[in-house]
Amino acid sequence: MRSTLHISVRRLGLLILAFPLAAAAQQTHADFAARIGMESHIGNVTGHAKNAQYDYRRYCAGCHGERGDGMGENFPWIDPKPRDFQLGIFKCRSTPTGTLPTDQDLSDTIARGIDRSNMPSWNTFTLQQKADLVAWVKHFSPRWASEKPGTPIQIPPEPEVTAERIKNGREIFAKVQCWKCHGVTGEANGPSAATLQDDLGRPIAPFNFSEGSPKCGSSDADLYRIFMTGLDGTPMPSFADNIKPDEAWDLVFYLKSLEPKKSKEREIATKLQLKPVDTTPAGQQ
Amino acid sequence: MQNHRTGQSPLKSTLLAQLNAKFRLRESRILIAILLSMLGMGTTPSAHALPAFARKYGLRCSACHESWPMLNYFGQKFKDNGYQLMNDRDAPIWQNASYWPITLRMTPFWSRESVNKVAVDSAPTGEQKITTTGFNLGGLDILTMGTLEKNFSFQLVPSSEETGEFHFEAVNVRFDNLFHSPWLNVKVGKFELDSFISEKRTLTLSGSGGDYQLFHFIPVGDGNIFGQVGDNQLGVEWMGHSDNDRTRLSAAVFSSTDGNVDLPYGQNSYSAFFAGSQAFSAGKLGVQRIGGYAMYGVAPTTYLTSGGVPIPGSGIGNKTFSRVGFEGLFYLGQHLDFQVFTQHGSDSAWFGACYGDIITGTCDPASQNNTTGVLPAGARNPTWNGAFVETHYVYSPQLTIFQRSEWIRMSEQAFATNPSNLGDIDNYVVGYRYNPFMTSRAGFAFHNEYSWIRQRGTSPVTATDLSSNSLMLGFDFDF
Repeated sequence: MRSTLHISVRRLGLLILAFPLAAAAQQTHADFAARIGMESHIGNVTGHAKNAQYDYRRYCAGCHGERGDGMGENFPWIDPKPRDFQLGIFKCRSTPTGTLPTDQDLSDTIARGIDRSNMPSWNTFTLQQKADLVAWVKHFSPRWASEKPGTPIQIPPEPEVTAERIKNGREIFAKVQCWKCHGVTGEANGPSAATLQDDLGRPIAPFNFSEGSPKCGSSDADLYRIFMTGLDGTPMPSFADNIKPDEAWDLVFYLKSLEPKKSKEREIATKLQLKPVDTTPAGQQ
Repeated sequence: MQNHRTGQSPLKSTLLAQLNAKFRLRESRILIAILLSMLGMGTTPSAHALPAFARKYGLRCSACHESWPMLNYFGQKFKDNGYQLMNDRDAPIWQNASYWPITLRMTPFWSRESVNKVAVDSAPTGEQKITTTGFNLGGLDILTMGTLEKNFSFQLVPSSEETGEFHFEAVNVRFDNLFHSPWLNVKVGKFELDSFISEKRTLTLSGSGGDYQLFHFIPVGDGNIFGQVGDNQLGVEWMGHSDNDRTRLSAAVFSSTDGNVDLPYGQNSYSAFFAGSQAFSAGKLGVQRIGGYAMYGVAPTTYLTSGGVPIPGSGIGNKTFSRVGFEGLFYLGQHLDFQVFTQHGSDSAWFGACYGDIITGTCDPASQNNTTGVLPAGARNPTWNGAFVETHYVYSPQLTIFQRSEWIRMSEQAFATNPSNLGDIDNYVVGYRYNPFMTSRAGFAFHNEYSWIRQRGTSPVTATDLSSNSLMLGFDFDF
């Protein structure tokens, strides 16, 4: 109960943050012009917003809109909807929930694309192009003018997969109630799945572990990062305050065992004959 | 003036066929070329700028095209992946059931066409300049491409003349990413030879400047129509590329028919085409790409006849030809790029003496069927070198200004008695293309272009320099 309440408080905080940002989203060209000097720093490459206007129009504006509000001409026809850059809220981050992503996070998203959305991988861009585009994306939101990105979370080295860890991961899956959205088998059919909405009130589906890749990357470290940072703007909260780093790895291993592709985790889970988590309330079993 | 292009420019092909039935001499080919230039026609190569893809993926045309139909790096990668973005939206099952991957493209235009020396009965020298102006149409391209299933791609391009006569410009299936490797892609059917400088996606459209001359060059009096790297060919292609498409390699084997169906030429005549390129980042200049290609082939020079008429598909006596060259695409920042293409070509002396294609009338079947095995006295391998530089100044994704300068120089004539510069070509094109809007639903461009071309020693009567020029204003659209 305590953890659920804690998550709700965090989500409430995000919503409170989103509303004034939405109100501020009606920005003028003068607002954008004032931030045209925005820079990004990725490795030793410095990106300049003013240099990305051309590429943004060419590659991005059709979905994200000329003003970065996610209202490009494709907006009515695609799902999930394009990101509204004016809000300054991003799913894929290495930084704690509620904070701005790093420039590297945004660059990684551009390069990786977002599976199960219309956002393709733009890995044909040069580092300079990506850096310039990151700066351009940042110039749409006033948040970047007043806030600094969060500090990236530390991801401890990945431990060895063991049966114990997978079993422990299963218990955590039950304890933090992942199943409510993702379903007991990870097939996105939990009791809350049909009711989920993003922060803008649009219906949103939980990730189905039986198909596709998570939006923010499919490596073990990506999975770890996703539930320790949360996906801001969506119902997926951060569990950084609820589970310990070592437990987070256990959860990663259990989630990997739910994926249909061949893996060590799945092999171990099959040997253990692990059953889906029991969601019957205590006392009614 | 222009080399004929089977399957590439429908109007040219048909006129060529009709006229060839009456005239089967070298001079008649030149005359035909003049007439074709006269008739002008903004050639509309069966270019592949597909709003169907834009509709499927929700991307603007400009995402894949530097200026449609010319591909940018992202578009080239998309094509090399088998028209896939390599995400979960690639398979057609993920599209709305009403989605149909089809695009129509056509170009109404006005043009002024001028040829300096046309054979005219009433002219004192037998030649006269003729200039014609008027409204016209390009041919219709029906472009269907996409995926049948994830990693099963297809391409079907019925293409018509403006009169409505159709041919199949491209028909192929491609098996992509075999064994989950981008290095294993196999295509079977009729397809464009792999070159990142593509005539099918050229920005130039006018009668004297729409084609890359090097892609179709045939020396004057030469009987080899099979070495045109710009014509789609019938065969099988392996293509491989790195994940980010920076390294590209391909090899194709195809029938020596210049893309014509029904095997009308040799009994066992094949050609091969190899291409490779490497892209690299040059900091703020952008991604540069350099590469090369080589085409080697054999084609028949001897045919069985029936009543003096050569029998299609009976050709033997294969002789060789080759085309090799360099290609490069260089960016100087966001707005300026150069395409460079070179070629060294060589044909067997037999082709130079106009043995080879006696089926469609390039050469005279009565006198140029190699039944004796004796090469005409003095015949040599015709060889040549050529290059073009095409520049694009992309002011914005909506406005592109372009030019192309192309030169072909014979280095050895088939006969020493020929003038050393016979058949040399100079071609210059300049123009701009303006897209008043950019969406992911349709393409529309106002296209204004001027081109000039000269070929040495090929005027129909006096055998002096023949030149033509075109001025074209058109509306190029697809949807």
